[in-house]
Amino acid sequence: MAYGPSMSSPVVVFVAAVIVVALAAVLLTRLVRSRLVLGSTEDQTTYRILHTTSLASPELRAGLVAGADKAARHLRELLATPALALTDGESVVTWDGAGGSVHVHDVRRHAARALSGGYTDVLGPDAVECDRLDCPVRHAVTTGLTTEDRVVGALIAYTSTRPSAGLVRAVEEVARFVSGQLELAEFDRERAKLAEAEIRALRAQISPHFIYNALGAIASYVRTDPEHARELLLEFADFTRYSFRRHGDFTTLAEELRSIERYLMLEKARFGDRLSVTLRVAPEVLPVAVPFLCLQPLVENAVRHGLEGRTSPGHITILAEDAGNEALISIDDDGVGMDPDLARTLLAGDGATDRVGIANVDERLRAVFGDDYGLVIETATGAGTKVSMRVPKYRPGVHAT
Amino acid sequence: MNTSTGIVAVVVTAAVTVLIGAYGLRAARTTSDFYVASRTVTPWWNASAIGGEYLSAASFLGVAGLVLAYGTDMLWFPVGYTAGYLMLLVLVAAPLRRSGAYTLPDFAEARLESMAARRAASILVVTIGWLYLLPQFQAAGLTLRTVTGAPQWAGPAVVAAVVLVSVLGGGMRSITFVQAFQYWLKLTALALPVVFVLLAWQSDGRPEVAPPEEPVFAEATTVEVTIDVTVDVPMGVVVEADGVVDDAAVSGELPLDRGDHDVEAGTVLEFPAGARIPHASNLEPMTGQAWALPLTAGGDHPLYATYSLIIALFFGTMGLPHVLVRFYTNPDGRAARRTTLAVLGLLGLFYVLPGVYGALGRLYTPELLLTGRTDAVVLVLPGRLVDGVLGETLSALVTAGAFAAFLSTSSGLTVSVAGVLSQDLLRGRVRNPVAGFRLGAALALLVPIGLALSSPFLGIADVVGLAFAVAASSFCPLLLLGIWWRRLTWPGAVAGLLAGGGTSTVAVAFTILGGPPDGWVGALLAQPAAWTMPLAFVVMIVVSLGTQQHTAPGVNRTMVRLHTPENLDLNRGDWDPEDRWRT
Repeated sequence: MAYGPSMSSPVVVFVAAVIVVALAAVLLTRLVRSRLVLGSTEDQTTYRILHTTSLASPELRAGLVAGADKAARHLRELLATPALALTDGESVVTWDGAGGSVHVHDVRRHAARALSGGYTDVLGPDAVECDRLDCPVRHAVTTGLTTEDRVVGALIAYTSTRPSAGLVRAVEEVARFVSGQLELAEFDRERAKLAEAEIRALRAQISPHFIYNALGAIASYVRTDPEHARELLLEFADFTRYSFRRHGDFTTLAEELRSIERYLMLEKARFGDRLSVTLRVAPEVLPVAVPFLCLQPLVENAVRHGLEGRTSPGHITILAEDAGNEALISIDDDGVGMDPDLARTLLAGDGATDRVGIANVDERLRAVFGDDYGLVIETATGAGTKVSMRVPKYRPGVHAT
Repeated sequence: MNTSTGIVAVVVTAAVTVLIGAYGLRAARTTSDFYVASRTVTPWWNASAIGGEYLSAASFLGVAGLVLAYGTDMLWFPVGYTAGYLMLLVLVAAPLRRSGAYTLPDFAEARLESMAARRAASILVVTIGWLYLLPQFQAAGLTLRTVTGAPQWAGPAVVAAVVLVSVLGGGMRSITFVQAFQYWLKLTALALPVVFVLLAWQSDGRPEVAPPEEPVFAEATTVEVTIDVTVDVPMGVVVEADGVVDDAAVSGELPLDRGDHDVEAGTVLEFPAGARIPHASNLEPMTGQAWALPLTAGGDHPLYATYSLIIALFFGTMGLPHVLVRFYTNPDGRAARRTTLAVLGLLGLFYVLPGVYGALGRLYTPELLLTGRTDAVVLVLPGRLVDGVLGETLSALVTAGAFAAFLSTSSGLTVSVAGVLSQDLLRGRVRNPVAGFRLGAALALLVPIGLALSSPFLGIADVVGLAFAVAASSFCPLLLLGIWWRRLTWPGAVAGLLAGGGTSTVAVAFTILGGPPDGWVGALLAQPAAWTMPLAFVVMIVVSLGTQQHTAPGVNRTMVRLHTPENLDLNRGDWDPEDRWRT
């Protein structure tokens, strides 16, 4: 319900003028840029081909199973044939262009030789039979798609007339491009598998030192303070149950903190007053989903290096702050620190084996959230170490379980 | 009221807000106790925080102003502001929390698995955020002017500066306890004075609030006009004037004929007792009888306007970006529901009060009808009815509460809008995320300030109502269909968001910049929700049905996740890195 004065015209005129000027400016720059950048006809053809190629690449990078449907259209555009088919010889057959309903069932037969040996073949009307007179599918060029010397599929270009040598060449080149992309797709998949394997590996990798030390510390209380020893044993049981759990790759920050609490309780049983901890956790970020066991290795490092080579008490600070769309988590010790170059090699994953945890956490964070979200280590010799990470509050597919 | 008291109240509120944000909680949350550190926010605290963020200038000042000017029809505003949470509670709260989404664009992406849907949602978040910020700044200008006499631009500038400083300093970034404190401050700031105001009314012999005739000055009244205004004098009257009336300097007796008169800022008019109150030209004079009856205000089509307003407010709350991010703080869906229930209670308590101010304002501060600044009634009333130091203190309290209202709502909105701007719309242009957020915050504030300074002053609650209308026409269909209808596809969602959000935004822009035309077209533009929301639903459903091949691949898994309580042990589908290549 507006009861305002009717039309304050200067404002309207002003706003309209601003909009018109802005639009004009945008259009003008577009126009000028397109004139300047686009060159001769050959250049434009090159650009068009490059553009089509770039459209096909991401689809192929998803693999033949997921991307063939979408990529076939772009590949056919590259070859300018009436029809084109992609197949992996088994479940996937994709047809783009004319005559799909009739010929799609024959694709595997056409591709048989290409699939068996990766050869390039030209098939005539005897192999590509068709009853309909107006059907442009008469001849075919088939060629295999290979990754690392293994044939993973075939590409078939259909034409109405006998294919020229140039077309055969073009089909081979396109097949080579597709093979390259598929190889990269395979590589991506391997990398993801590796990341997953590493997560699994880390679980089994609760440091044996820690288990040994914790049990030792508990044993020392058995006679003097059996009640405390019992408590510690239960904590130990809970800690291991959490660490060895098999389901779910993510957990909430609250759960992770609970596990760290148990871990630190066991460490304190060993170090007593030498170890003190300060926490500052914004309650808003407690429900944030983080990769399972992404903090524990960092705290373990902080304890080890915070107390290494000194008798005075060591102090660890754990911060979790709310920063809009992200949570900032950092773990800070006042210990011996390290050479920044050493920190760099640690993150690269080829440092000393006893600090493999840091590289692993870094890798997992990057694998899940992207390369912008790796660990950041701030350190210098004698100045303590601060390891921090940013965790987005939401990322598709990331759910705490 | 004394100017210096007002300034002190404003400065103290601003300083306390910034300082608590920056330091207070750092001290409060530092502990060596894991139990304390990992304690989640209880539904009560969270509900208070939502209340603190939600109760904006529209609630604190605007509702009372509208009730003063237009009477009982306007009570739909507080009812609607509260009832929106009922819709949220029943249909949205728990599934939204379970989706894991932090912002509305997150939800669009999680449910529809589409970047296009995410981008459309982002644009609408920014639009709604700007629309909602605009009246906050206008109200800030009004408050500062009322209590300190500062020029109109000073209020928006001060609020924007405080918000920018605290947001950039990382202070007020959605700290639950600060926002919860703000709710209780606002409640106290309205509830305490109302006790004294009611006592004063009681001792005055409980005069009737709205006598059935035209409103008159009960006693000889001096009115100081602070902003240029055109008044419509209903009946010839002789006033004592000092200042400029109708472009002529006057000092002494001045006969005012029936009709329009221009009064310049700084003019003082003294009306005799019993004179009928001239109304500012942007207000429609109402007899007391019409004031007390429903369906009398709202232009030519009050029935349509009322229902459209109800739709906008009931269904718009679920699309407010700064409210929804709060639900993320709840540990699970059940806590989200409890929080919403608590919010209903807290808001219900608060919204009893503005109506009382509005009604008593009609009796004791009728000159606001003349100056047209009815939104100031909450600020003026306590000082008018209670004398001495107590009156001063109460006025300062109300001023502080009003300022807290602008600060909390605008900082919450700024953070939400800046987050969306930096994450979705500026990404790629600005590399550094911190710089991106700062740029986003600056942009989030600049646009509404520009609008606040250049557009004509509409009622605060009116403009907020328009923001609700846009939210109801865009995010309400997205959330309801997204949560309760499997077959929603991303092209359908985007089409619906554009259709509903686009048409309502255009209608709102017309209303804000030009004032609506007369007749049915005007009614439809001034209150668009009743036709834009169904339009958005229809477009979303029809386009979705036509594009079933674009159904999100993981829709079944998503639906299971949204609708199963967390304590139920079932396979929700673990994250699998290979999913990215499999779909």
